[in-house]
Amino acid sequence: MAVPPAAVPCRPGGIRPPGCDTGPVAVPLTYLDHAATTALRPEAREAMLEWLGGRFGNPSGAHPVARAARRAVDEARDVVGGVLGCRPNEVVFTSGGTEADNLAVRGVHAARPGPVLCSAIEHEAVLAPVAQVGGSTVPVEPTGRIDLAALTDALAAAAGTTLVSVMAANNEIGVVQPIPDVVEAVRHAAPDATVHTDAVQAAPWLDVAALAAGVDLVAVSAHKFGGPQGVGALVVRRGTPLHAQALGGGQERELRSGTHNVAGIAGMAAALTAAARDRAATAARVSRLRDRLADGLLAAVPGAIETGVSGVAGGDRRHRLPGTVHLCLPDVESEALLFLLEADGVCASAASACASGAQQASHVLAALGVPPERATGALRLTLGWTSTDADVDAALTAVPAAVARLQGVPA
Amino acid sequence: MSGGVDSSVAAARLLDAGHEVVGVTMKLWGGESDTGCCSVSDVDDARRVAQQLGIAHHVWSFTDDFERHVVEPYVEAHRTGRTPNPCIECNRHLKFDRLLRRVEAVGYDAVATGHHARVVERPDATRRLARGADTAKDQSYVLYVLGQEELARTLLPVGDITKDEVRAEAVRRGLRTADKPDSQDVCFVTASRGRADFLGRRMALHPGRIVDGTDEVGRVDAVELVTIGQRRGLGMAGAGSPRYVVDVDVPSATVRVGGAADLLATRVDLTDVVWAAGPVAGPVAAQCSAHGTPRAANVAPAAGSGATAAVIFAEPGRRVAVGQSVVLYQRDEVVGGGIAAR
Repeated sequence: MAVPPAAVPCRPGGIRPPGCDTGPVAVPLTYLDHAATTALRPEAREAMLEWLGGRFGNPSGAHPVARAARRAVDEARDVVGGVLGCRPNEVVFTSGGTEADNLAVRGVHAARPGPVLCSAIEHEAVLAPVAQVGGSTVPVEPTGRIDLAALTDALAAAAGTTLVSVMAANNEIGVVQPIPDVVEAVRHAAPDATVHTDAVQAAPWLDVAALAAGVDLVAVSAHKFGGPQGVGALVVRRGTPLHAQALGGGQERELRSGTHNVAGIAGMAAALTAAARDRAATAARVSRLRDRLADGLLAAVPGAIETGVSGVAGGDRRHRLPGTVHLCLPDVESEALLFLLEADGVCASAASACASGAQQASHVLAALGVPPERATGALRLTLGWTSTDADVDAALTAVPAAVARLQGVPA
Repeated sequence: MSGGVDSSVAAARLLDAGHEVVGVTMKLWGGESDTGCCSVSDVDDARRVAQQLGIAHHVWSFTDDFERHVVEPYVEAHRTGRTPNPCIECNRHLKFDRLLRRVEAVGYDAVATGHHARVVERPDATRRLARGADTAKDQSYVLYVLGQEELARTLLPVGDITKDEVRAEAVRRGLRTADKPDSQDVCFVTASRGRADFLGRRMALHPGRIVDGTDEVGRVDAVELVTIGQRRGLGMAGAGSPRYVVDVDVPSATVRVGGAADLLATRVDLTDVVWAAGPVAGPVAAQCSAHGTPRAANVAPAAGSGATAAVIFAEPGRRVAVGQSVVLYQRDEVVGGGIAAR
């Protein structure tokens, strides 16, 4: 069923906002920002609708209406545990990836204060709480992969480290970390340390159960794999020292108080099931699209580099998520490039956007050693489960044209 | 679009005039701010107005350029005992250079702002910046750096109406920014912490002596924060006749005070002079601060490019602090301006 367009007024001759319902015909949108959020899967929508209409109930109550809601949450918990490779009672539902990461970092530090380490290219949802508890970062290689020797050194230097957090895959450049190697290094050097992995970007593409088998805490977010926004989960393996950060009614085994988002949780479970079912086929299909997109742009834009891959020792697209293309384009500025791409209907991003919507300098590119003048031309195109060859074609036309136009303007 | 009422109404007026309009908010300052144009709530206001008008809204970050062209020179000016005007440098380097160049690069013809000033066309097809219709709110002083190229690509849609009319128009259009207070002061210096705190984090502040003639009459905590003409904050309220700062010498950490007469001067030499359309010699009205009273003067540009000029006032007046801009008008039009030299 088609979603009705939002009632956004449009101005004749003006740039057309998505979903505008009057004025000029909207440019067909090419959505290449799936790492920001991806389309809701129909299975998730179906599962949620049940709780957005006739049914309702607080799962913590003690009557049939409440019990029905409780059952929906319990069933979702079974599903999520099954896909993520943990027991159902090791799943803690949260409001999303950021809350899950915060609970992991701050919760472990509260339970066992001590040195905390994370990779230098973590998402802000990990970096900020790690900074707050006085933790430090471990460098990555020019490919973006964590420097395991530096991790070992850091563990040796910070005796009594209680938490190590390394993301499974990066949100900007899509580099996939060798989590089993990280776990092994930590277990060897700091046997008592807890290991957390932010699997928010990995979950749509990789088998989290396998890659995070030895990890104590795993964060995921529903809207990255076709579920709704505003719901996620933290896997908390039995025996992991963790203090709740949201106190109250004691939901989620007293690790995360607050009335459950029943519709969201049901939607997340349905999306995760669908994503897991299609994972291998989607990953194979999308990685072919990704290769065509990346290779096409590298050929069409002289001087373009694929960040962490082109000209980097050990740089290899096999260590990247299937959907991510990250380029540094010469002699352009990301904001101007995104503006021109938008005019051609292409939705993309540069790095992470701050609360005001401005693009900010990327700590990820800095950690890879990308010089600032190269990072200025960062472009992230991320494909998802709904991406098609037509999307790739549109980007292969729009991006080189926009870059040429910007390069042609005298400084 | 700063999120203020002037740029909100400016955008609406551009749409009425049939332009293809895109709203842009410049994120200039990454640090702490309570008055400025860069806080999330101001961006929210700009975005909500853009939504209401049905135009796209972008936030463009120029924080590095702002740091380099506005904040660092602001600190450096204080370090060397000059009185900077960061708003003018922001207009010179950010709004009408960096932003204008990007706007051109993405295929648009002009930058429009909510400044209270006008661009007028002369019969010879050159343009001049003219005072806004609201003389009390006129902002032509901070825009004197615009040359012909910039003037040709600048629209000032609220320059021909008063601030009250802007607010009334915002109310009539139902714009949420209608009753938002005017911004003022330096946007990157917070009111709560102040200039001394801001500068103290970025440079060394040195205590200094206050001398009156040959006598030492007091001390100041930071000689870099003292400005010519200043009367307060010198701990000299008890002195008989009013004493003013008449000279600040940072290297020797000396603040010289004197009577009102010692502050008078009839001449100021300008550097970094910008002419609206070539050097002008002869009678002008010289305005020495953002809302100062223009003074009758004669300007004599140096031979050649006219990058320096001497301004001779008809009557003696308060000396212009080194670093301040002096803007030269003929009738209500800016013919040029420059920065007061030592």
